[in-house]
Amino acid sequence: MGYPRTTDSELKALMLAALDGEATAYRALLGDLRLRLAGYFQRRLGRDPHEVEDLVQDTLIAIHSRRETFDRAEPLMPWVHAIARYKLIDHYRRTGRRAFVALDDAGADLPAPDQASAAEARRDVERALQSLPERTRALLAALKLEELSVAETAARMGMSEGAVKVAAHRGLRALAARFAPGGRRDD
Amino acid sequence: MTDDLIARLVDDLRPARGSAVARRLALALGVGGVASLCGVGALLGLRPDLRWALATPMFWVKLAYTGAFAAVGALCVVRLARPAGRTGGRLAWLAAPLALIILTGAVQIAGARADQLRHLFMGDSAAICPWYIALSSAPALAGLFWALRGLAPTRLRLAGALAGLAAGGLGAAIYCLHCPEAGAPFVALWYSLGMLAPCVIGLLAGPRLLRW
Repeated sequence: MGYPRTTDSELKALMLAALDGEATAYRALLGDLRLRLAGYFQRRLGRDPHEVEDLVQDTLIAIHSRRETFDRAEPLMPWVHAIARYKLIDHYRRTGRRAFVALDDAGADLPAPDQASAAEARRDVERALQSLPERTRALLAALKLEELSVAETAARMGMSEGAVKVAAHRGLRALAARFAPGGRRDD
Repeated sequence: MTDDLIARLVDDLRPARGSAVARRLALALGVGGVASLCGVGALLGLRPDLRWALATPMFWVKLAYTGAFAAVGALCVVRLARPAGRTGGRLAWLAAPLALIILTGAVQIAGARADQLRHLFMGDSAAICPWYIALSSAPALAGLFWALRGLAPTRLRLAGALAGLAAGGLGAAIYCLHCPEAGAPFVALWYSLGMLAPCVIGLLAGPRLLRW
């Protein structure tokens, strides 16, 4: 399974729609930018999650409150990057850290969620799957990963089609519960 | 937590108005200019020979000189008001008004008697003129800083300085309605000094007042 990568021009399209008031586009945009910003700040601040989270939130708020300063004729990501960099420098200034932030530390630097976080996401999913009973895991693997039909899965598992559907539904709900806020991901 | 934030931001979404940056800055300059006009009119008084002056070339040279600084400053501020904005070489356009005033000055000097030269440079108001121009530019500078605080400059010193340039040019242009001086060398020296003052103030105040 590859990790979906939104292109810069797709993000710009979302931004233009958001500027016209489309909430769904805006939600998708902020969700994507949040991941990129987290990566950007993590690479520069170490992995203190609170510090990174604060900066991500500050930057998202800034993006929101100053979204009218985006020039529609220009690409989106340099604008986002400039705001992130501004917030980072401000953070350094306030915390008294002396660090040189290269003017050209731009360009490739707000990529889509990178390999590290993609791998992390995969591990999360694998760990969650391990938590399911053997039968349910095998059933979901057949249905979703191998993409067998319900009939084929039922035949393989020696279950009725109805039972397959019920078991799959329960299994997915159990997985979803683990990823919901407050769900336990690490047993 | 960030999920909650994103939900709140999405909820807060309203359609953006077009050219928000230009309109906010224009408002600032407009209000600042009107305030400056009222101030100059009420406190200094328009020049009594204004109608006659409007027919003289030197009046328009002064207006063009100061107006050019206001225009270049304003065009630069519009760009600096956005994240990672750059002047894009527009400051080089100041060569035009500078050339104008230098040329005019050269013509005046060439045609002047020796005893008139001092007056070409010092006029009657060299001492107070820069101060009045600086004061005249204060409302526009305040307005532009207000505008920039609601926008997103990332280069605060430069944004402040260019706001000062625009305000200085506007203040000086308005001051032309009061000031009877007609020497181009005078203008090149003392008007420029007056326009420089808000520039320096903006440069110093930018990092303190323009953070967002």
